[in-house]
Amino acid sequence: MCLGVPGKVVEIDHENQIATVDFWGVKKQVRLEVCDAPVEPGDFILNHVGFAIRRIPPEDAAETLALYDELLRLADEQDLMTADVRAEIDAAPDANRPATGARDERK
Amino acid sequence: MNASDAFAQLKFRDPERARGLRDALDRLVQHADHAPVSVMHVCGSHEQAIAKFGLRAAFPEDLQVIMGPGCPVCVTDVPEVDEAVALAKQGVRIATYGDMLRVPGTSQSLADAKAEGANVDIVYSVTQAVELARENDEEIVFFASGFETTAVATAAVLVDDPPDNLSVLSAHKYIPPVMEIVAEMPETKIEGFLAAGHAATITGSGVFEKFVERHRLPVVIAGFEPLDVLAGLAKLLEVINSGEPRVENAFPRCVTREGNVHAQKLLWRVFRPTGGRWRGIAHVPNGNLRLRDEFAQYDTRKRFTIDASALWDYAPPKLVERCQCGDIMAGISSPAGCQLFGKECTPDKPVGACMVSAEGTCRIWHQYGGRPDLRSVKRGAA
Repeated sequence: MCLGVPGKVVEIDHENQIATVDFWGVKKQVRLEVCDAPVEPGDFILNHVGFAIRRIPPEDAAETLALYDELLRLADEQDLMTADVRAEIDAAPDANRPATGARDERK
Repeated sequence: MNASDAFAQLKFRDPERARGLRDALDRLVQHADHAPVSVMHVCGSHEQAIAKFGLRAAFPEDLQVIMGPGCPVCVTDVPEVDEAVALAKQGVRIATYGDMLRVPGTSQSLADAKAEGANVDIVYSVTQAVELARENDEEIVFFASGFETTAVATAAVLVDDPPDNLSVLSAHKYIPPVMEIVAEMPETKIEGFLAAGHAATITGSGVFEKFVERHRLPVVIAGFEPLDVLAGLAKLLEVINSGEPRVENAFPRCVTREGNVHAQKLLWRVFRPTGGRWRGIAHVPNGNLRLRDEFAQYDTRKRFTIDASALWDYAPPKLVERCQCGDIMAGISSPAGCQLFGKECTPDKPVGACMVSAEGTCRIWHQYGGRPDLRSVKRGAA
């Protein structure tokens, strides 16, 4: 549970501080309010339980992604690390569902 | 799996570098003025990487890499579990991370309570607990576990105008203080720490500077790639050999000295550190994260009167007395030294918390082969 998972930012909803992030083809909504730096589409972020905790500089992204590529490629459902990675991706809501929307609707 | 197979798994990433790092580890351990050299990491993900990729096969014989209290679920203390179980049995709906379900309390786990009809939801994120609260009128208690990395997410939700029917039962823990406790245990002979990369993303490597000063033990931040782990260990041995303990960041692509300052502010705005017991380890001053008074309205412990006494009239099974999770997390024992491991205690029927969580030493060792220490196997020509 302390293994964050990197994904690529596709789109940003600045008003709600939510990014649409692509994790190996799965698009998710990741919250941006605790991220260390402003992100733009094309950046990578490190997602932990649905929150971006770091912007990954583009030049470091490839190296960061390699471990996850390997885990997900092997797709061993029993594997603890792979399960952690999948849980981290599942922690963020799907991007194609209706946005949780503005504050007054949510409360 | 023999040692050469294990090491061959490293070949998917830069075999030259892996061999170079292994040779460096060999050299550095030989240059130490004593043997064995013992170091500790404090992260379940590090142990997963070490065990999964068979890294112990690549370690020199005289290097002991021990997992310390790096599993937040495992160190959640019995009274904390009792609070959640008591609330669940009172009819309050609980949302929590999956690994928390089967952590034993005094007499019951949340899974036991659920089997008896209590309403317990598994969530992957605190935001899913918020959604549950928005979709339902009833009270939702988020039983929160995790180290500082995860506590930041809980904090972000609490400052974001959460629904009134949500409250947080915090079992969040803070790692730096427990390193002090382990460093001071006379039985442990730890000469340096490998700190978890993603937790340090939040806290920064600087958070360990005072620790190094006080205890004269080096700390190296490392990532989770097999090569990151080897590189982190090589750096740690280098600093140990130098006789000048300091903090080194071997994971600069994710960690800076100051860390994510914004996240730290959020963390300390919502939580205050307080002393408390960590299961099996000790009382850890400042090791527990509890909600500040400003957030009292969302504090489960303030909102409810929790009476767990009904759970205490109970004689623990004899097996529990033989559980060594505490010694294992303190680095004094290992799963291989526990009589229950793999016999009476398995992932299907766990006796101790270390066998429950995917980040527990016992669970990890059980998954990746009883004793993933392949040093007894003749090293292949990887």
